This record gives sequence, structure tokens and C-alpha cells, in this order.
Amino acid sequence: MAKSNKKGLLIDYEYCTGCFSCTVACCQEYGWEAPLTGIRVMEIVQDLPKDKAYLTFLPFPTELCVLCAKRTQKGLAPACVKHCMANCLTYGDLRDLALELEKKPRMVLWSPR
Amino acid sequence: MKDDGIKIIKTTTWSPGPGCHGGCGILVHVKDNKVIKVEGDPDHPWNQGRLCSRCLSMTQYMYHKDRLKKPLKRVGERGQGKFEEISWDEAFDLIEQKMKKIRDDHGPESVIFHQGTGRDIGGWISMLAYAYGSPNWMFGLSGISCYTPRLMMMSITQGDFAVVDASQWHEKRYDDPEYEIPETVTIWGQNLPATCPDGFFGHWYIDLMKRGTEVLVIDPRCTWIASRAKLWLQLRPGTDAALALGFIHVMIKEDLINMEFIEKWTNSPFLVRVDQEKQALLKESDLVANGLATNFIAHDPVSDSFVAWDSDEQIYKKRDIQPSMEGVFDITLVDGSKARAKTVWTLYKENAEQYTPEKVSKITWVAPDKIKKAARIYAKSHPSALHWGLPIDTIPSTVPTSQAINHLWCLTGNLDNPGGNAIARYAYDVVTYPYHTGGAILSLPPDVMEKRIGMHDYGAIKDFRAWAQPDKVLEQIFSDKPYPIKGMWIQTANPIACTGMDPKKWRDAIKKLDFTVCVDLFMTPTAMLCDVILPAATFLEKDSLKAWWVPLQAIKKVVEVEECKSDIEINLELSKRFMKDFPYDTVPELFDSLLKPAGMTYQDLCDKTWMIPPKGHPSKPYFRYEKGLLRQDKKPGFRTPSGKIELYSSWLEKWELEPLPYHEEPPYSPVSTPDLFKEYPLILSTGRRMGPFFHSEHRQIPWLREQQRDPVLEIHPDTALKYGIAHGEKVCVENWLGKITVKALVTPVIHPDIVMAEHGWWFPEKEGKEPELFGVWDVNVNQLIPMGHEGKAGLGAPIKTMLCKIYKAKG
Amino acid sequence: MGKTTIVKTTTWSAGPGCHGGCGVLAHIKDNKLVKIEGDPDHPWNQGRLCARALAMTQYIDHQDRLKSPLKRVGKRGEDQFEEISWDEAFDIIEERMKSIRDDFGPESMIFSMGTGRDIGPWICMLAYAFGSPNVMFALSGNACYSPRIAALDTVQGDYCVFDAAQWLPGRYDNPEYKVPECMIIWGYNISATCPDNLFGHWIIDLMKKGTKIITIDPRLSFFASRSKYWLQIRPGTDAALALGFLHVIIKEKLYDKNFLETFTDAPRLVRNDTGKLLRESDLVKGGSTDNFVAFDIQKNTFIIWNTLNQEYSIDNATPSLTGVFKITLLNGNTISCITVWDKFQESCVAYTPEKVEKITLVPALDIEKAARFYAKAKPASIHWGVPIDMTPEITPLCHAIAALWALTGNLDVPGGNVFTRSAFNAVAYALPGAEGVIKLKDQAQDKTRIGKDEYGPFNKFIWRCQTDKVIEQIFSEKPYPVKGLWMQTCNPLSGIGLDPKLWQKALEKLDFIVGVDLFMTPSLRYADIILPAATFLEKDGVRSWWVPLQTINKAVTVEGCRPDVEINFELSQRFDPDFKWETIHDLFDEILEPSGMSFDELAKKGWALPPENHASRPYFRHEKGLLRSDGKPGFVTPSGKFELFSTLREEWNLEPVPYFKEPPFTPVSRPDLFKDYPLILSTGRRSPAFFHAEHRNIPWLRTLDPDPVVEIHPDTAKKNNISNGEWVVVENWMGNARFKAKVTKIVPPWMVMATHGWWFPEKKDDPLFHTFESNINMLIPMNEQGKDGLGTPVKHLLCRIRKETKGVEHGEI
Repeated sequence: MAKSNKKGLLIDYEYCTGCFSCTVACCQEYGWEAPLTGIRVMEIVQDLPKDKAYLTFLPFPTELCVLCAKRTQKGLAPACVKHCMANCLTYGDLRDLALELEKKPRMVLWSPR
Repeated sequence: MKDDGIKIIKTTTWSPGPGCHGGCGILVHVKDNKVIKVEGDPDHPWNQGRLCSRCLSMTQYMYHKDRLKKPLKRVGERGQGKFEEISWDEAFDLIEQKMKKIRDDHGPESVIFHQGTGRDIGGWISMLAYAYGSPNWMFGLSGISCYTPRLMMMSITQGDFAVVDASQWHEKRYDDPEYEIPETVTIWGQNLPATCPDGFFGHWYIDLMKRGTEVLVIDPRCTWIASRAKLWLQLRPGTDAALALGFIHVMIKEDLINMEFIEKWTNSPFLVRVDQEKQALLKESDLVANGLATNFIAHDPVSDSFVAWDSDEQIYKKRDIQPSMEGVFDITLVDGSKARAKTVWTLYKENAEQYTPEKVSKITWVAPDKIKKAARIYAKSHPSALHWGLPIDTIPSTVPTSQAINHLWCLTGNLDNPGGNAIARYAYDVVTYPYHTGGAILSLPPDVMEKRIGMHDYGAIKDFRAWAQPDKVLEQIFSDKPYPIKGMWIQTANPIACTGMDPKKWRDAIKKLDFTVCVDLFMTPTAMLCDVILPAATFLEKDSLKAWWVPLQAIKKVVEVEECKSDIEINLELSKRFMKDFPYDTVPELFDSLLKPAGMTYQDLCDKTWMIPPKGHPSKPYFRYEKGLLRQDKKPGFRTPSGKIELYSSWLEKWELEPLPYHEEPPYSPVSTPDLFKEYPLILSTGRRMGPFFHSEHRQIPWLREQQRDPVLEIHPDTALKYGIAHGEKVCVENWLGKITVKALVTPVIHPDIVMAEHGWWFPEKEGKEPELFGVWDVNVNQLIPMGHEGKAGLGAPIKTMLCKIYKAKG
Repeated sequence: MGKTTIVKTTTWSAGPGCHGGCGVLAHIKDNKLVKIEGDPDHPWNQGRLCARALAMTQYIDHQDRLKSPLKRVGKRGEDQFEEISWDEAFDIIEERMKSIRDDFGPESMIFSMGTGRDIGPWICMLAYAFGSPNVMFALSGNACYSPRIAALDTVQGDYCVFDAAQWLPGRYDNPEYKVPECMIIWGYNISATCPDNLFGHWIIDLMKKGTKIITIDPRLSFFASRSKYWLQIRPGTDAALALGFLHVIIKEKLYDKNFLETFTDAPRLVRNDTGKLLRESDLVKGGSTDNFVAFDIQKNTFIIWNTLNQEYSIDNATPSLTGVFKITLLNGNTISCITVWDKFQESCVAYTPEKVEKITLVPALDIEKAARFYAKAKPASIHWGVPIDMTPEITPLCHAIAALWALTGNLDVPGGNVFTRSAFNAVAYALPGAEGVIKLKDQAQDKTRIGKDEYGPFNKFIWRCQTDKVIEQIFSEKPYPVKGLWMQTCNPLSGIGLDPKLWQKALEKLDFIVGVDLFMTPSLRYADIILPAATFLEKDGVRSWWVPLQTINKAVTVEGCRPDVEINFELSQRFDPDFKWETIHDLFDEILEPSGMSFDELAKKGWALPPENHASRPYFRHEKGLLRSDGKPGFVTPSGKFELFSTLREEWNLEPVPYFKEPPFTPVSRPDLFKDYPLILSTGRRSPAFFHAEHRNIPWLRTLDPDPVVEIHPDTAKKNNISNGEWVVVENWMGNARFKAKVTKIVPPWMVMATHGWWFPEKKDDPLFHTFESNINMLIPMNEQGKDGLGTPVKHLLCRIRKETKGVEHGEI
């Protein structure tokens, strides 16, 4: 599989528990002043038929996210990925991540500006 | 017809249904004479398959249980909500009899024909008015503050209208070799992409951005597009003219203007008398005995003599001169008296000189360096397009404001060029809805036209378009001067909830009249007050046509819903009853005659559904002013009195208005009314668009209402904190005119000193009869906005620039 | 500028606040924490780390941290303190506390702590050195964890937790381990918390490996959304649901018969006349009261279970599990008996799914399906949360749930619920069921422990005083007056204290209060002396709470602050002339002795797992005889069996078999109140941003959860004319508190969920930081503990809600 040099995040929202580790890990890494951060967690309560509902948390990289370029150059995972309590964030080559996405549904693939 | 019994029909959107100004090509899926699905037409050059949420809700709209399905006749008191169903014949008879009685007793002018915004019925309602004999065809928004002011200003400045060229004139769109992607689009006061304004598809800008166009955004709010802009200027509402003049100041100072274009195509060399109290363009008649008042004067530096510009021949009366662009000149007039004159350009520069970035910054709240930066971005981009929105109309100073902004593309030569501001005409010159003077289906004798309300108060009202001036109309309903108003025909308009400022006054006005008819699709607070209500049809239930810019399109009757009738059918029937030997017997006849300029019949058009004018047609860009495609006489130039772009406006001079642009403070502002500002310390702006709704419509459509349950007031977090208001709380918005209670939307999107209230709110689900009128009085922000504050030209109104205070609502 | 060094250590308490256990790498530069990261090599968190731990840099150097001892100079509750030196502070404390000891006895000092603190041992050490048995966990009914531990010790002799391979090298990949097929999440919301010394997100690991979830929760939690079955239970009816499960499992014979016969007390006979167990002493002269009676079907005779030898009086006995038996007693009376198993079944038989549906609001069909799925799944485990503790009838509830994992054969099996003991049996201090290194000098000292005599469990397992009784006694002064309070990292006015105004009065009444904490809190305003404590990064410590065995290693010093252990050690030496240890490390070494490692040795390793066949390591220890001191198979219960019929409960005159009783304040038990207060009020759902009353002052965390919220269902909000984001008042007969409405379908229409632990460190205009303004405990009473002194109705009160109307008009706030 040919590598593209474009990197991204694969976000497995099925398993995101809304713990905010990603958010604060980013704050710590970059010393953001609250409420600035490179990744936010959205709580989405979906309405389902028969008055049922479904709770989803979606980690959403903000305009500030640079995918921890400094860290990844050193071979470290981005701060949010490293500390994700649910291990639901994966960093990597976009093409590889796309293959992961084929294997498991209910994830979103994201790449930075 | 597919074997599953589903028929798919191509047609075009406009007005009732999505409510919008239309233009989208759609595929309608019909089964058993019922619309089961609406999709965007992928082959249509306008929307290329895309479709907005309102149009996608058509099935819920058309077959809504609350739709008016039969004519209604009021049986109780006005506003009591007591109506009984009657047949169409009864309805027509009743209307004919009542309105003829008014015509006999008070004259036809005493009935007002009142429409809403951007309707496809513009042509049909003026037809009805004129067939009835009334000159008073009206769009009820104070100061006609929706597009008309900008249209007027464009037509007197450059003789034609212009819109951003997003390749809409090309079938292949962005891929057409003639087309150029704008380097920059300046979005001046428009909340794209929530709306498709002025015959324009909002999301074209997303297409352009994807193709590399940078955006420069001028808006008090951080809109979606502002957050993606190369530069965003957060200006104080109502100071747009100052900002535009600041741009012009910088552009002239830094030589960022297209001097060649200015010299050749504008009236900048013309001389203006400056030795009198009132400046005036010098006319040939001022200099020579048999000179014409329609010819103007320039100075020839070679012979140091004064040369007349022949407006008919479009040439200087002396061959090959290069008239002086600048200078002060002493002239001997025909009567021997001496006069002093300056060139337009000299005056223009003097005028712009005052608007330094520093001064403009004080007025607009935009930092001087940002003003400079923005002016450079706009002027240096090639091509550079400018899209302006409704806020340019909804201020009393709309005339100098739209003039100044109009000048930006004139000074940079971004007019009718690919990817700039292209001159926009009715496709194939087919007029279904006249946005200019003349062009109506019928005409009235001059003595009747003389009675049009407002025309004697305002030159711009008299000479441009044929609207009655709504503020004056409302005044006259109460004053009965110079003549009484007795009736009103209201067609898909809802002044109580939407177009009417000071809506309680509109309520009293409507109730004061002897006879009122309302044509609409749902019961509204306005319809609730009327005597007869006629159930109208959506665009899927009617034949119609659209030539608003481009393409020329057919709107086709796809199905019928109950007894609903299309506006044109209603108006044609009544026109025939009101006017003996009314020229058209059937709708197709009328359409065929309207389509004559295109050389086709309505059936031809229906077969094609849409058509784009061919190359070389006057209604297709580019550079038509060079090719002589704009003027009747086929000469190069523009459709202005002088044939030039009139930077110094002869029309404004004629109407005794300032011929050059200037900044005028809004009537209520921290600057103009500091004392009021002490009590009402926030700028109240309204009317930001809502994706799910078109103005006051769609609150009863579940799929759309679900997107937004309640009216909101946008408040900056700091401001909210200051007033102890939490996100989601009920908040009162109040000023000296009135008060509403809405939900606080605490968001950094808005400026801390401004609050943004939504317009057009009422609650179809609530009690309809008076006093409740569907809860309109709790939430209609127009109660905080006055009538009668139209600008000096009779155009524009302070809709986005009021003052208010806010506080947490009790209970 | 020095360079950055990285210190490996373990989280616990002060800092993240939690129960700890995560391995972290602290990046230290010039004695400053510049960054903290999860330790990827640590088996516990495997590099992961929570928001609170990741915010340590903002916490440790926070401008508001207490950095010097303070002495109160104004009135209690005021903002009047002056800085003093540590020596002065210690001298004053020594002098005042000794005079209390002389005048009123050592027991009149209470030593109070917050939840799950690492200071448990050190506060006991101080109390015992001072001579007081009264160590208090300040929550009403001690309703956090100890009730569950005590209940399990009562019926199965040891506590157990779900198995996520935390004992095994290589964790999930260890061949010994089995991934549970099913897991019941019973009243626990993951997003934030690592409860009861488990890492919450292990459950996510398991879900990814295929574990299917049954969620029992009134709220649409993360788990609820992702469950095979979500049972949306009415708060406080958990026992009914557990009995409903048992009903289905017994009716459909889904239980493990072998376990039932071999390892439970099922065959034992119960007297129908007294309802008590039939004992050898009832039958034969000189028979032991510890021995029990069964009926052998083969030999058709009564046989004796010898508890001491853990055997029947005859070889290959075949005790009957069922039947009615007439038997003549020593006194000549003939009585009839039935087996414990029959007795136990009786207690479940009434709880048909239909009846349980009426009580719990969970559809009968779902109950049946879930019970079947759990019972048939192999292995299956249950994780329960603090709501289990927070109901007055907590022990019968735990008894029923314990029966679930026992009868389905999921006890101490891989991937089931496994017994859990302090790693290597290194026990620092007296926890339920364990004797620690730190203990009272002699049992005589324990006599005066408050609540000890009223409540069996407090006599048997729980070595704390009963909190409600303490507050009562502060006012009654009977049997003896309470004069002083040592309050260490504990904030009753904001967090742990129900009916906080009552606590306020209590604090006002005391003669002397010492507060030890890291930030000024509302409760500290009542202290006479305040001592600034340290975060886990500023201290050495040991940790043997389940696994692994870990050290906490000092990484930095913050000028002026001292670790709790140092504070308490210094004072222990001052109070106890023959205090046992010279240095803190001596103490650590003694605690670690059973592991065969010294503190330094363990510190080098960082952490250690107990070896195979160690009593503190699974599996099947009841079969291998690893649980009991006598090395015999069985459990550490009085009878050696898993007790379906609890001998201890019998001894305490409490129902020996599980039952359901409607909690004190529900629509069912109090229809009168329900008229005025038509909503069930539940509290305490966790926030990822905060640990209970902590962290409101940490910007990175506060911004995640800025306001106290009450969750309201859209229909309920509409009915009460409340919109999302509005401030609302939640009120009942006890009091009220203001919250921001979060209108969400996460909660059912009949319940609201209010967050707990709110005060406003930023609002300095009030010395008490507006702690009574949005404190949900204002609506919750004290003194509603269960018959055994445990549990309290925190999760199921009644209330009404209304839009807040006070004050704000025309922009004035």
C-alpha cells in the first residue's frame, strides 16, 4: 500500500466516553488558556424512533489542531491520542486509516488544515 | 411514466413552497396526482442537483392539514377568527361587487395592492392593480427597503443592475472558457449560505471558495463565511457608506483604481459648477444659446476650451479630445455671467479625501489598518467581485451607501467582466416582474399614475419603478389626505408578522379599511384580519415563468391541491372582471405575449424548462458597454442620461439629493441619539437569515420548525454576563417603541455592543384570533422599529440600526 | 536552567483526587512540574490518563494553593486567618488536643476524612496514636464502598470485583484470562471515574474484545446507549430487580448446581418456629452453636456440619437441598425445618418479572431476557457503582447481587467476579475484613467508637465510627461530648456532608477544629488551624489497594506544603510517647513486609503483581483453600460457606435472606410528599472534570463543566416552562438549590439528576464561596441510614423544579 504523507485522525466515536482527556491533554501540551483547545468533545443525544435516544460523544479537532507535529516528528503519538482513555483516537497515514475505517463502522476520518 | 406509476417532472422553484426568490431546477416525483418527493435537478446549471431544506420539505408543506383549501368569508368581527367557506364563484362575485363599489365611490386609487418580498406574483399583482385602475401597487416594507434601493442606485449610476458573476450565464458554469474565477469576492452584509438572495444561489460562493476564491467579509456578525474569510471587518451597523468611502479614499490615495476605465467610461471629466450654493453639472444649455440641457461640458486641455458631450451621439462635439480629469475652471456662461467649475473627478477626490481610515475607523469601529488592508485586497484582486446584501437597503442612508459601494466596482473596472460584477438583465429581456421603470403588463393613463402615493414626495419614487411608497401609504390610511384609502388587496404578504414595521399600526390600518382581501396559503396573523381569504397555490400547483436574471425558466403546474388556485389564475379572472376588453383571455396567451422578446411560446419554454441567452445577446455578459449591447441606440456606453457611469449622479442632482456619496449617521445610534443610548445601551439589529425559514413562513412545517423551535436574540457572552442572562433564558428586548420576549442565544458570533433579533416570528400552533393573533405580539421585533423613517429618497429604513435594552424575563 | 528529569510514580488522591492507581511520568524541571503523562509501560492505565491528572500543572502551582499554616483570628466561618509557622501550628495543635484528651478523653476527638483518600492509614495512625477510635468517613450511612465491602464480607467472606486481568502479567493476553461474554454495569457512569480502585475504561477494553453489556441505570449513560439490554430502573428499587433476576434464574434452573451444593449453605436447616438456623446445640447436649444441621437423603438422617473442620459428621454425605423435616430438639419439642435453599427461594419466588416491573418500571420481558443472558453467559461479571451503597437497605441488596454471581458460578473464575485482597496481603490499616499494620493499641480503646454497639457491621468489619451518630452526638453529647475535629482533605459543607446546614451547626459547636487541605474550602473557614497539604507528586507513599502493589514517589516539593503522612507522623510522635516508628520509611517497610520488599526495593520496580497461588491473586481460591487461614477450601464466613442465609445477619437480628424494601422518600413510600414534589431527585452523577467537590478552581477543567446543572427531560422541562440553559430552583421539604437546566433525554421524564459538590472558589465575596447556593445536599437529610447503620437515600429523594425568578430585572443582577 503506497504511503501518502498526509496524516490524520481516525475517531471512533462509538467508544468515546466523553472523558475529556483529549481536550486537557491538548491544553497541557500547548498551554492553551481555557477555553482554547485543539480538540473538543461534543455530546450528541440522538433521537431515535419510539421516543428512544442514543448518547454519542464526538471528539472534534478544532482549528487549532496541528496534529502535534512536534510530537509526531519524534515518533510520539499526538497528546490526545496518547491519553485517550478509551483508545478511540488513532493517528496515522490517511490511507491506512481509511482501511481501518473499512474494517470498523461508526468512525470518522479527519485531517488537519 | 415509470412502471411504478411515478411520474417525474422538471420544473423551477419560486415563492410559495420554499418561499424564496427561486431559480432552482427540480425533479418532482408524482404518483396518483400527488407529489411524493422533490429532488434537485442534477442537470440544471443553477443548483446542479442541490436543494435547500425548505424545498425538500415540500411534501409536508403542500399537504399540510392547515393549508387554506377553500375561499373563506369573514362572518364574525374582524380578528375574531370567524370565517365560513364559500365557493370561488361566490368569492369572485363578492370581491368584484365590493371593489367596484369602492372604485365608484372613491376612485380606483383608494385600493392598495400589497405584496410580499421577491414574489413571482409581482407581474400579476401589478396587472390586477392596473386592470382595476389603481396606481398603488405596493411592497409593504418601510422605505421599500428590500433590493429596490440598490436597484435604483445601480440603474441611475450605471444604467443597469449588476450582480456577482458566478458563471450563472454559462451552461458549463465554472468550466466555461470565457469565465474567470474571482480572485476575491467581497461579501458585504449577507449571511450566506443561509439564503439565496436577489436572484442568486448562495452556495455558489462555496463553489468559488473551493475553486480558490478568497473572501473578504463585512458584517457585524462572525458569520460562517466570516470565519472562513481572508479578512473580516466587524463594522457597526449602518456605517457601511463610511466604510466604502474609506475604501475609496485608500484606493485613490494608493492609486489602486483603474484610471483608464474611469476616464473612458465615467462622467469624471464633466464639469460641475461650484460657485453657487448648490453644485450643479454644467449643461451645454448653460454655455450656448441653442445648447441642450441633456448635454454636459468637459474641458479640453489642448485648446484650453470647453467641449460639450453629446449624450445622444455619445461623443464630444470636438473630435479626439482627452478632456481634463482634474482642475478648477472659470467659465463665461451664455448670459455673460462668470462661473467657476471643477471636474467631477476633482470633486470626487475632494469628497473621498475626507474619509481617512482614522476617521472611518471612529465611525465604523473597524481598525484603520484593517480598512486599508481590505481596500487593497478588494482593489488589487483580479477579477474582484462584490456581493452586497439587504443591510445596504435597510438603512435610511441607503442611497449614498449603495452609491459608494456601487462605485467600488466602477472605480476598479470590475463591471461586466468575467468573475466581476456582471450586468444583470432579465433573461432574453423577458419581463415577468418589473424591477425597473415600465415593463408592466398593463399601463395606466398619466393622470391616474399621478395619484401614486409618494411620487410627489420623492423623486426616486416618482422616476424609478412604480411602487407606492409604503410609509406614505400607511400615513394616508389614517389621514385620508389627499384622498382616502378604502381597500387593500394583500397577496402572499404578512405585514403583521413580517414586512410591517410598527405592526400594530398596520393592524389598525387594515382594520380601518372598508374591504380587505388576503391571498395566501396558510392562515396568518394578517389574513386573520381580512374580509375574504383566497387559497393560493404553491409553485408546484401553478404555471408561471421566471426571467429574474438567468436562466429563462418555466414553472409548471404539476398537481392540484384541493381548490387552491394559482395567483395568476386568480388575478387574471379578476382583471377580466375589472377591466373591460382586458387584452388576455387565458394564462397561456398572456405568457406567450410576455415571451415574445425570446421569440418563443410558453409551450416551447416548458419543453426546454430553462434557457440561457446565447452569446452576443444583450442579456448575456461580457463587456456589453464596449460592444454597444446596453443602449437602445446600440452605441457603446450605458443607459444613463449621459451614457456614462455617473459617479456624480445627474439623477440625484435632479432629485435635489447629494450627487456624491457620503456617510449619514442612522437616526438612532450611540452617535446621533446619545441620550437614548444611555437608556438603551445596545444596538438592536434584526433580520439575520434562518436556514429553515423564509421570513415569516414555514413555522408550521415540522421538518423545518424542528431545526429551530423558538425565536432567539443573539447576545455576546460578555454582554450576557453583564446583564445576568444565561444561554437559553427568556430575555426581554425593549425600547421606547415596544418590547418582545425571546430566548437568549449567548454566542461570541455577535459584537458585544450589538444584539441580533430574528424577524418574522409568530406561532401557527397558538391561538389565532385577536388579541393573540398567533402570539405575534410576544415576539415580533418589528414592534421596536418605527414606520416613517424612510430616507431622503423615500427609500431605506432603520431596520438594522435601532437601540434597545435587554433584561431577564420574569417568570 | 536545569534539564528535565522524568519521575515515574503513581496517582492517588490530592491532585486528580481519585482513588488512584495510574502509572504516570512526571516531567520535572528546576523542581517544577512541566508536564505529566501516562506511563505506557504501566499495566494499569497503559499510557492513558484522565483529564484531572493531565491538569496537574495547573493544579500544583495554582495561585490559590495553601502554602502556609493558618491560624483563625476571626469568628468561625469568617475570612480571618493569619499565617503561622509549622512549629507554631504543631505546638498549638498539640497543646489544644492534649487538653481535650485530658479533660474529656481521647474519644472526644473525631478524625474525619473524605472519600478513597490515600491518607486512610495516616489518619488512623494519628487517631490511634492520640488514642481515639473515632475515625470518620464523613458521608451519611458511610455510604460509599464500605457498605458493599461489609455486605460481601458478611455473606461471602471476601470482597470481589470484575476481572479485567488486572492481576495477570500481560493483562488481557494472558492465557489464564477469559474475556467476559456479558457484563452487568449496575449503576455506574464511566465517563469520568475509576471507582473502587478499578480503571473504568478497562470495561471499554473488554467491550472492544466482545463483551456485551447489560446496563442498569435510570439515565441513558454511555453504557446504556451501547447495551444489549438497558434496564432503566427507578432509583432505589435495585433489590427488587436483583430478586427478579434470581426469580428467573431459579425458575429456569439457570444456576450452577455444583456450586450450590458444594460451596453454599443451601442444605442447612432453618427452624420454622424461630426462623433461625438449626444448630448442633439445639439437638445435643454440649453441641456447638457454630455447627449446623442438614438432612442426608441417602442415609435418611440428620447430619452435622462441623464448622471448625469444615466437614459433615459422616463421610460422603448427601445433604438434601430441599424438603420439610420434623425434628425433636434437646428440650423435647418437635419442630419442623426447611432447607436454607428453600428459604432462599421463598424470598425470590414472589418477585415475578411482572411484579418487579411494577416496582422498578423495567419491562418484565427485558428483566427475563437480561437475567437469562447474564446467567447463560460464561463467564459473566457484574460491576456495581456507588448507587448500591446509597440506599438504606443496602446489605440485602448486595446479598441478592452476590447470590447472582455465586449461583451462576462466576465467583473467582477468569473473567467473572474475583475475590480481591490487598496485594501481597500488605495491609496498611484496618479496612473491612482486614487487620492492618496500623491499629489501636488495645481493643479497650475501641469501646467508645461511635455506632459500634448499635450496628453489627461496625462491630465486625467496619472500623470507622457511624457518621450520622457522630453528628447526633455532637449535639446530644450522649454518651460523651465531642469536642474536637481533625478534618483532613474533607469538605462536608460542599461535598460529603448531607444536610450541610446541620454540619455547619456542628462545626460551630466544636471547641477545636484542625483542617488539612490543599486549597481554602468552605469547611476550612470553620477550622482553628489550617495545614497546607501536598499533592501525590510531592510525597512518598505506598499503595496495596488490590493490585498492583505500588509506591508513590516524591517528584517535587512545593514550598510551604507538607504531605499528609509527614503531618500526621510528626503529630503522632508528639501524642504517643511510645509511638512505634522512627521514620516514615520504617512504617512503609513494615507495611510492605508481607511482599518481602522494602519501600526502596519496590520503588525501584515501581509496581509488583502477586505471584501465582498467592492468596491475593485469582483464581478458584475457594477451591484451592487459599482464602481461609486454615488452608481448607471454602470462604472466610462464619460457616465457611457462601451464605445464602447469613449467620451474621441472624446474629444481628436482621433478615438473614435478601429482600426489597421501598426507600423512605419515593412516590410509593411517601405519596403525600409526592403530591407536592412530583419528581424523583437523584444526584451525584459524575463529571469528567471534577472529583466530587474538587477542581472547580482549575481553569482547564472548569471550562469543561462551568456550571452546576440539573438534567431535566424535555417533556418535564416543557411542563415546568423551563428551557435549556435557564437557571432553575430545585426544592423539597429540606431546602433548595439553584442549577442550570440541562434539558436532555438522558434522564427519564419522572426523574431529575442534579450534580453534586458545587461551590464557587472564584466567588470570593462570600467567605463560604456560596457553598449553600447550588449544593444539592441541601435537599438530602442525615440519619436515614439502614438498620445496620449503612446506606443513605442519596439517589432517590423527591423534589420539584421551577424557573428561577429572583432578582435579575432591567439588567441589574
